Amino acid sequence: MKYQVQENCLTIYLPREVDHHNAEEIRKEADAVIDRNHIRYVIFDFEKTDFMDSSGIGVIMGRYKTISLIGGEVWAVHTNDRIRKILTLSGVTKIMQIYEEEVV
Amino acid sequence: MKHTNEMEIRFESRSENEGFARVAVASFMTQLNPTVEEVADVKTAVSEAVTNAIIHGYEDEIHKVSIRCRISENVFTVEVSDKGRGIENVQEAMQPMFTTKPEQDRSGMGFAFMEAFMDSVEVESEPGKGTCVKMTKTVGKGRELWTTRSL
Repeated sequence: MKYQVQENCLTIYLPREVDHHNAEEIRKEADAVIDRNHIRYVIFDFEKTDFMDSSGIGVIMGRYKTISLIGGEVWAVHTNDRIRKILTLSGVTKIMQIYEEEVV
Repeated sequence: MKHTNEMEIRFESRSENEGFARVAVASFMTQLNPTVEEVADVKTAVSEAVTNAIIHGYEDEIHKVSIRCRISENVFTVEVSDKGRGIENVQEAMQPMFTTKPEQDRSGMGFAFMEAFMDSVEVESEPGKGTCVKMTKTVGKGRELWTTRSL
């Protein structure tokens, strides 16, 4: 899993495809990093992602459950139309902010 | 004459085959000249059904998952089946947010996604025998041929 920690903020650079196969690894590594670094904000970066199914939704919901206990937040950045459709359809947008880039 | 075509694949229930299954079905589907959106819809639905077979049907044991695709005119049918443990209560399993594996961070959205992205989803299951998920999608529904429109 590619990630970056800045103070209490963890950015997870998601792979091209987020399915059950690679969700496992993201889940385990993210939890370890969150634990070790007192993370309060988790940012899911979808820059490279063009496929996600409900396993990805599970990853987001699971991280939200952990960090919401300490008043944290989850964010999504660089989402394309397809990813936004999946996020909206799942209802996960109720607990997660989608950062809208400015259209230049 | 009616245009028909069919294909079948069988693979082991390993999670690395989820990607293979999606791509195989998507590439068979291209002969229907689908939109990018339609391909993405089918890929998501197939991914959900195959994931279900692997983690719920076989509970991470290695057995075979089969996929059968059929094209009849512009209707695409895909069946994903396993010979795993089966589903006790199909209606309950299909409810959004219902999951038997919350500890594995399963969202319970699998069937909801299949229903959202396909035109129809039918589930046949028998406890101890296995499960077959049959989904259909009409491809190119909303598309008008530009040649039939006056300029």
